[in-house]
Amino acid sequence: MTFSPELEARFAKLLASYPPGRQRSAVVPMLLYGQDEVGAVTQELVEEVARRCGVTPLQVDEVIGYYSMLHRKPLGKYHVQVCTNIACQARGGEELMDHAARTLKLGNKEVSTDGLISLEEVECMGACSWAPAIQINYDFHHFVTPERFDQLIAALRDGTYRKAS
Amino acid sequence: MRYNDPSPLEVRVISQRFDLPNSASIDTYLANDGYVAIKKVLGLTPEQIIDELKASSLRGRGGAGFPTGMKWSFVPRNTGKPTYIICNSDESEPGTCKDRLLMENDPHQLIEGMMIAGWTIKSNKGYIFIRGEYRYLIDIVDRAIAEAYERGYLGKNILGSGWDFDLYTHTGAGAYECGEESALLESLEGKRGVPRLKPPFPAVVGAFQSPTILNNCETFSSVPVIFRNGGAWYAELGTPKNGGTRLVCVSGHVEKPGVYELPMGFPIMRIINEVCGGVRNGKKLKAIIPGGSSSPCLRADECDIPYDFDSLAKAKTMAGSGGIVVLDEDTDIVAVALRTIKFYAHESCGWCIPCREGTTWLKKILTRFHEGGGIPSDIDLIGELASNMLGRTFCALGDAAAMPTGGFIAKFRDEFEEYLKKHSAQAPEAPELVSIA
Repeated sequence: MTFSPELEARFAKLLASYPPGRQRSAVVPMLLYGQDEVGAVTQELVEEVARRCGVTPLQVDEVIGYYSMLHRKPLGKYHVQVCTNIACQARGGEELMDHAARTLKLGNKEVSTDGLISLEEVECMGACSWAPAIQINYDFHHFVTPERFDQLIAALRDGTYRKAS
Repeated sequence: MRYNDPSPLEVRVISQRFDLPNSASIDTYLANDGYVAIKKVLGLTPEQIIDELKASSLRGRGGAGFPTGMKWSFVPRNTGKPTYIICNSDESEPGTCKDRLLMENDPHQLIEGMMIAGWTIKSNKGYIFIRGEYRYLIDIVDRAIAEAYERGYLGKNILGSGWDFDLYTHTGAGAYECGEESALLESLEGKRGVPRLKPPFPAVVGAFQSPTILNNCETFSSVPVIFRNGGAWYAELGTPKNGGTRLVCVSGHVEKPGVYELPMGFPIMRIINEVCGGVRNGKKLKAIIPGGSSSPCLRADECDIPYDFDSLAKAKTMAGSGGIVVLDEDTDIVAVALRTIKFYAHESCGWCIPCREGTTWLKKILTRFHEGGGIPSDIDLIGELASNMLGRTFCALGDAAAMPTGGFIAKFRDEFEEYLKKHSAQAPEAPELVSIA
């Protein structure tokens, strides 16, 4: 399995960063970085990570279910994550999640039929003081009102979405 | 950048560079007292360093508030094993969003803090464990690390001391439990993030079975200024046994939520009313969750206390990770209790039964209660279940779930009873018995 030169460089750096004989440490980072490029933690990716880290595919398999950001099936091109934990809840996070589900016509962890957008209700993402917050892939968006949410979704759909400053 | 306006009441010590242009760059850092402390520290013995830290009364900013100098002193010397410096930047305690700012705005301060720890125990390797959701911070911190290598602050023979120190970032992939230090170490070793049996503590058997200094991101970030200005100076900023300042993350129903750097012991009511402009929309205060979602709540009438570890402990709660969630008079406590336990049930790693089953059952009962299917005995049952989890779980996550749940029941029992009156299930009328001949 081959990856982009950037990812190959990242993997090489990762594997060199752990003490000798401790390359298993790279399993979780390689799965996450690999997933970002491949689109999901595929069986092929599992085997490749296992081979490079010198562990069995089973040892890689067993961590996947544990980490909530690792997915065996592809997410949408844009993964919209709405936090509803207590700080966001206090500022309308649950209503925002309802709004998202209604307007996107998606349930929690569902992907749109065109594969463009997936929706997930997530736990605290570390934006409590600027709630309610969402993440689109890795981009944070703070103080998100339903109107702002609709604008962001419209931008995702017409291709004008830009990372928030 | 900061995402909220600063307050004039702040004491900017570890956030002093946050508003400078290119604050994350090494040039900005060097032009503003950066890497001054490490130069001083390279002339000190481990005992001198630890004594200075003890004099500063710096306590762990991740949640437990353990004295940092003491923690460093537990690392055994000359075991022949390599040693490691690990930064816990797996910030995931609901209500907490400060480590994000420290890494985004001043990554070199964190690097310098870890270097000081490294020199203290002559460690040659460190890892910054950053939660997976903070991908952009991994890029920022990686860039800062690369700059530090270029300028000779990391790598071989640092500043001519003959000491080598390498630093790396390591990403998590979504698991609250990995903020627990021994679970973090499991995750760092490429496994499921389940906690280890303690003792031995990480100071003795930590990363890769070796002695390890493991601290929170804010704790390490507070170290350089202590050695620049002195432990006594730092201690003086706070209250006895609670040295310095901390980044207080205020969220919820206030006019100006935000992260503010305040001296330890700053009165909670002043944080709400003066720093944050009061409760939003002129509403009355109902309660606060004072130190992240694991801390038992305080009713409005209990909030008139200083914000430091000991004052909060005296009030039978904790300052924890520094996240204050403010709840106004309209807040539905049952809904908050439910959302809190949903989180812990989701994040329980499943390793030990009291936590795995306890959080799940608390979630089930509270869900039913919230949906309107509650019965009067539920209130005691929830309290009892929570108290039976306390101290009986493998790691602190079980306590973290039980404490706030028990707290909501103890402090807002009347609201649960009121909720029951309004939403309780009516027992269906008994149907006439049909006799089958």
